[in-house]
Amino acid sequence: MRYLPLNDADRREMLKTIGAPTIDALFDDVPDDALHPSFELPDHKSEFEVERMLGAMAAKNRAAGAGPFFIGGGAYKHHIPATVDHIIQRSEFLTAYTPYQPEIAQGTLQCLFEFQTQVAALTGMEVANASMYDGSTGCGEAALMARRIKKRGKALLSGGLHPHYAAVTRTALELIGDHVAQAPIDVNASEDLAAMIDDETSCVIVQTPDVFGNVRDLGPVAEAAHEKGALLIAVVTEMVSLGALKSPGEMGADIVVGEGQSIGNALSFGGPYVGLFATRQKYMRQMPGRLCGETVDAEGKRGFVLTLSTREQHIRRDKATSNICTNSGLCALAFTVHMTLLGEAGLRRLAALNHEAACKTADALSAVSGVEVLNTSYFNEFTLRLSKNAGEVVDALAAQDVLAGVPGGRLWPDVPEAENLLIVAATECVTDEDIATFAAKLREAI
Amino acid sequence: MTMNTQGRPTRANDVMVSNVKTFTGNKALQIEEPLIFEFGDFHGTGVDLPEPEGKTDRLGGLNRQAAVGLPGLSEPETMRHYVRLSQKNYAIDMGPFPLGSCTMKHNPRLNEKIARLPGFADLHPLAPESAAQGALELIDRLAFWLKELTGMPAVAMSPKAGAHGELCGMMAIKAAISARGEGDKRTHVLAPDSAHGTNPATAAQCGFKVDSIPVDSGGRIDHEALVEKLTDEVAGIMVTNPNTCGLFERDIRAIADAIHDVGGYFYCDGANFNAIAGKVKPGDLGVDAMHLNLHKTFSTPHGGGGPGSGPTVFSEALAPFAPVPYVVFEDGAFRLVETRRAAKKTGQCAQSFGRMTAFHGQMGMFVRALVYMKSHGVDGVRQAAEDAVLNANYVLARLKAEMTPAFKDHCMHEALFDDHFLKDTGIETIDFAKAMIDEGFHPMTMYFPLVVHGAMLIEPTESESKRELDLFCDALLSLAKRAKSGDVDAFKAAPVYAPRRRLDETAAARRPVLRWTPPAPAEAAE
Repeated sequence: MRYLPLNDADRREMLKTIGAPTIDALFDDVPDDALHPSFELPDHKSEFEVERMLGAMAAKNRAAGAGPFFIGGGAYKHHIPATVDHIIQRSEFLTAYTPYQPEIAQGTLQCLFEFQTQVAALTGMEVANASMYDGSTGCGEAALMARRIKKRGKALLSGGLHPHYAAVTRTALELIGDHVAQAPIDVNASEDLAAMIDDETSCVIVQTPDVFGNVRDLGPVAEAAHEKGALLIAVVTEMVSLGALKSPGEMGADIVVGEGQSIGNALSFGGPYVGLFATRQKYMRQMPGRLCGETVDAEGKRGFVLTLSTREQHIRRDKATSNICTNSGLCALAFTVHMTLLGEAGLRRLAALNHEAACKTADALSAVSGVEVLNTSYFNEFTLRLSKNAGEVVDALAAQDVLAGVPGGRLWPDVPEAENLLIVAATECVTDEDIATFAAKLREAI
Repeated sequence: MTMNTQGRPTRANDVMVSNVKTFTGNKALQIEEPLIFEFGDFHGTGVDLPEPEGKTDRLGGLNRQAAVGLPGLSEPETMRHYVRLSQKNYAIDMGPFPLGSCTMKHNPRLNEKIARLPGFADLHPLAPESAAQGALELIDRLAFWLKELTGMPAVAMSPKAGAHGELCGMMAIKAAISARGEGDKRTHVLAPDSAHGTNPATAAQCGFKVDSIPVDSGGRIDHEALVEKLTDEVAGIMVTNPNTCGLFERDIRAIADAIHDVGGYFYCDGANFNAIAGKVKPGDLGVDAMHLNLHKTFSTPHGGGGPGSGPTVFSEALAPFAPVPYVVFEDGAFRLVETRRAAKKTGQCAQSFGRMTAFHGQMGMFVRALVYMKSHGVDGVRQAAEDAVLNANYVLARLKAEMTPAFKDHCMHEALFDDHFLKDTGIETIDFAKAMIDEGFHPMTMYFPLVVHGAMLIEPTESESKRELDLFCDALLSLAKRAKSGDVDAFKAAPVYAPRRRLDETAAARRPVLRWTPPAPAEAAE
């Protein structure tokens, strides 16, 4: 077995040192009839056999880069510079643990400090943590944090919030008996959330650009929330948008949660991704997750450590702000390396390219009869209403190697009016030829 | 002096100078590195992107006006910055990383290679099912392996990490109790004093009150104390097995029976599954739910703190309450069941408690874990567990010459010591751990579990060779002897050879600085 360094001679000698007659003597606390059950599983395989088997599975999937590709809905196909993957595969980052021994983990810690600074800057907030599992779980944690701060039992979710994020938040809150008020699905960003906020509301959760791609002005809802003593939680699932758009912090958000996949992380069928979590300084001690802070060592040299851990499960146990332990360290590193390569200048240009690709795509598709673009504003994603079931259109186009977008029925299977909606994303990876192919195939399918 | 033909000296000379202060502060291969914000160009970039035409603006008037304030570095600068930082990290690829309860085993590179195949890495989670059949097949295969290895009939794949898996298990328990109409009555969860902090935190996050059960003098759950706490207000018990003292809970079946007898459920924390994978099926022991850490037992990399992956297996009793989404095979194709309503229709997970995360879980980790399992096979998984237990017992047997094991028994996959051997030396567990750093080892888990004074929990895993273990044991024995000989100052000063000396954690917490901020304008104007 190529991963196991001990040989039989080692094993015999070690058993002798231990004073155990057999290896199973070390398992003698296990009930006899539970030891050595039978398994319906194969024995070990060589590296090339495994590669062949898994390669065959991979070949049954259609990669985003294999042709015209327009799927978004909370995960986006962006180019990742080669440098990013090289750095995250370095042993020292890849095979390290959570930095519990800071003297020999300054690499990870300084990267986290840079990450926290980048996230705070992008979101327009004062502090950020060292990452969450992903955007959706971050959203649930933000709602729990608002509940701790406000001591109120009701969360209000925008009808433009990604339904998976809404479901995750609902699961987290309803479990402990809280009320979750969900505005109806809101394709045109026309909902009046302010009217739904009451004195029991702990937080209002609004996504921008929303799940339909609309760019939302959070200012008015922030004001309305604050007037009623509630917090505004802003959700951003496409971080590249912040190269073009006002940050949620500028618009009055109290907590910003984001999905960082777009920057540095592969699509990977939904995970691992990296949740971004930022807030105001005054709420710092209510944050979930790890925080990296600056300090000095015994010689007075600057260094970094995990800090404020009295919030956390390993110290505070049942009084912790969250049960989170592992986060998304390596994905946060990928985010940070990519962000460092981009810089503000690169991010702004990348955002402009995305917006341009989306505008071109929308123009080409809206020229197809039976297709209506519903957005008045958008960044790199927008929603179409088709004259027929969007799921069927997506399947028809997929059969011709065009991945057309997310059909409404996939995200809202129980909402009949969503059936004909198609959410289309276009990033810098989309070419003029891709757009033309998409428009032509869509025309045929409708 | 010996010279080569160019006159360059080729012999080391014997002049010894200690504590040379360099101009740069660098120490040869250890290079000091500022933050990107301190040397990066705030107008620079390390990517070449085409010029946008800039003809259309449909941003709804919400265009960014303010600067973001992020520097960009060229590719060589970026590379050098992060490579220098990487060299300040210890890692499993460099040497033993014996953090107890963390299972720092070798991360095979085949895992990484396969996870990067475009069919996996470049696959969108909302791609039509017809375009993702291989991915769904992989999830289904991995689910089969996990169910078979644990002897449990169902598994939820979506939890993102171990603690998320715990949450998954406890949510299912909560849902099951509510379905019985006992949600208001069964409000307590039991967990031993020795439990991971995530256990009580998870139970609390589900709205349960947590009652601690003491651990007996042998390091196992005090069965009598447990029985006293069993009432009809108990929703369940959370037990780690093998436990955090590195011992197998001998009374595991009696514990399971006792909790079932009062109508509660048995949650097993599977963090230590590496000790028994391929040897024991938890399903044979009365477990109702258990998470598996793919980043521990199944070799996916820890990445400096994540990502993890925490699939959670369920008994028949809890399976109906498992979360969405899940994969089914129907009419010759794999399909995802993504909502509670859809789950009701399929009949599987008919009372699902809902969704825990966007999309379908940590696919990148699933690929790596399945590659690991296929590579090992069930024979290799069993051998790995045996070697992990053998290595831990070898360390226990060798170190007890100078250090004090917390309990008399042999151990499972990790060896636990207390700080008794340091008594009256003035040296504490943390000093001992920091001295290990200078010897080139990552310290063990310290001060956990809480039931042992000054705990040192060593989990070598199966990835260590005997040669490496012998060096590790020799070094620790020598440190223990030095400690007893009264070399206090050296221990208090350790580490001295790491990129940083001991860091002031108190100062960090008292006045938290969590981000870089630009220097004040007055200074900047200079």
